[in-house]
Amino acid sequence: MSRIREDYNKTAAYRFRHFVEGDLPETIEEPTPEELEALCPPEETHGHAAAASESAEGQRQGTGKPRSPSEQFVDLKERDPLEDAKRFAEMSGFRWFRRIYQIAAMVLCVCIIAMLIITVGHMPIHGSNDTPTSNEVMERYLEKGQEETGAPNLVTGMILQYRAFDTFGETNVLFISTCVVMLLLLMKKKEGKTEKPAEKDGESRYEPGGDIILQTVARVVVPMIMVFGFYILLNGHLSPGGGFSGGAVMGAGLILHCAAFGFSRTARFFNEKVYDIIKVGSLCLYAIIITYYLFTGANDIASIVPLGKVGNIISSGLILPINILVGLEVACTMYAFYAFFRKGGF
Amino acid sequence: MTKTIMMLLLLFLIACAIGVSFTKNLLVSIVIFMSYSLVMSIIWIFLESPDLAITEAAVGAGITSVLFFVTLRKINAVEEEEEDEQDPGRLQ
Repeated sequence: MSRIREDYNKTAAYRFRHFVEGDLPETIEEPTPEELEALCPPEETHGHAAAASESAEGQRQGTGKPRSPSEQFVDLKERDPLEDAKRFAEMSGFRWFRRIYQIAAMVLCVCIIAMLIITVGHMPIHGSNDTPTSNEVMERYLEKGQEETGAPNLVTGMILQYRAFDTFGETNVLFISTCVVMLLLLMKKKEGKTEKPAEKDGESRYEPGGDIILQTVARVVVPMIMVFGFYILLNGHLSPGGGFSGGAVMGAGLILHCAAFGFSRTARFFNEKVYDIIKVGSLCLYAIIITYYLFTGANDIASIVPLGKVGNIISSGLILPINILVGLEVACTMYAFYAFFRKGGF
Repeated sequence: MTKTIMMLLLLFLIACAIGVSFTKNLLVSIVIFMSYSLVMSIIWIFLESPDLAITEAAVGAGITSVLFFVTLRKINAVEEEEEDEQDPGRLQ
């Protein structure tokens, strides 16, 4: 403990903290040995305990004394005063920079706001014919969209048929972001096995303690949320909604279930294995569908998948499966974020 | 009628946006942020894009604020208040 404190005074993190807080370095006094003894009594007792367990009784005082904190802090006293002066100059320079930094940040903010407002003033009026978006592409979408995609909801038809490749990229972004969060938050578990008991204490503290209001409400509401989310998924090509919104609703339902009943109950039907299968499987299936689209489109082959009758649930070709796959992916991502943030894993 | 409602919603939106940055309590600012998203989803419906409205309500008002709450608990920013609420008997 004392070692860490001594090194900490020299680290960049220490200097940075005091630069942020704007403190003078002189205000940090070196504690006298008496104060240190008062500050860290647990270490001393630990030392005694360890010494007592190792050596025979009667030698307690003898073995305990070399570990007393006063001798470990000798290095701190012998510090060069020149170094102190140097550090003070550095810190005051930092403080000066800090003031400039604040002014610069404000000037930059005002400049950016002014630029944005001027740009908005030059934009064409909403709905006029001069807008760059009203070209032949938009006309084609509006006139032939329903005929070609078979989806009454043109937004979904556009996203998942004409621009399916863009949506594939977005789904990949979701997948990669979850992977990065996993990398960041699961790292600690592998490093230190000594911290595991402490972590488990934390987990049990974060587990919900049987809140009866939340549980009663969740028992009624969670099935409704899940059914509504699946409804949005299935009707993505007929009514407002689609993969992303339906998946987000389903993910919110999963999060509510987990918050009410705890990770152990949710893990009964949604554990890490299921999560892996759904997440990777849906992305791979989506990739296969996209490959099919690209192949048929590039070689000018007519798609085999029938569009069906407009207005039916099973219609509009491959939009429905894509919607379901995207929805599952999004739901998994949302729940995974919650689980990682809450517990650091499944 | 629609215009007045729209104006009210937009005013509320601006008030929320300013309020988020000026509240001292992090918990309160998250709740204000949540109401911002909710008002925004109503505005999306007025702008005739119900797809966005659903997504905004689910992601903006629901999941983002839940993640914020969880993060606040992780950094022990709301712990004291909750402990006080959960077992007042310990103090007596």
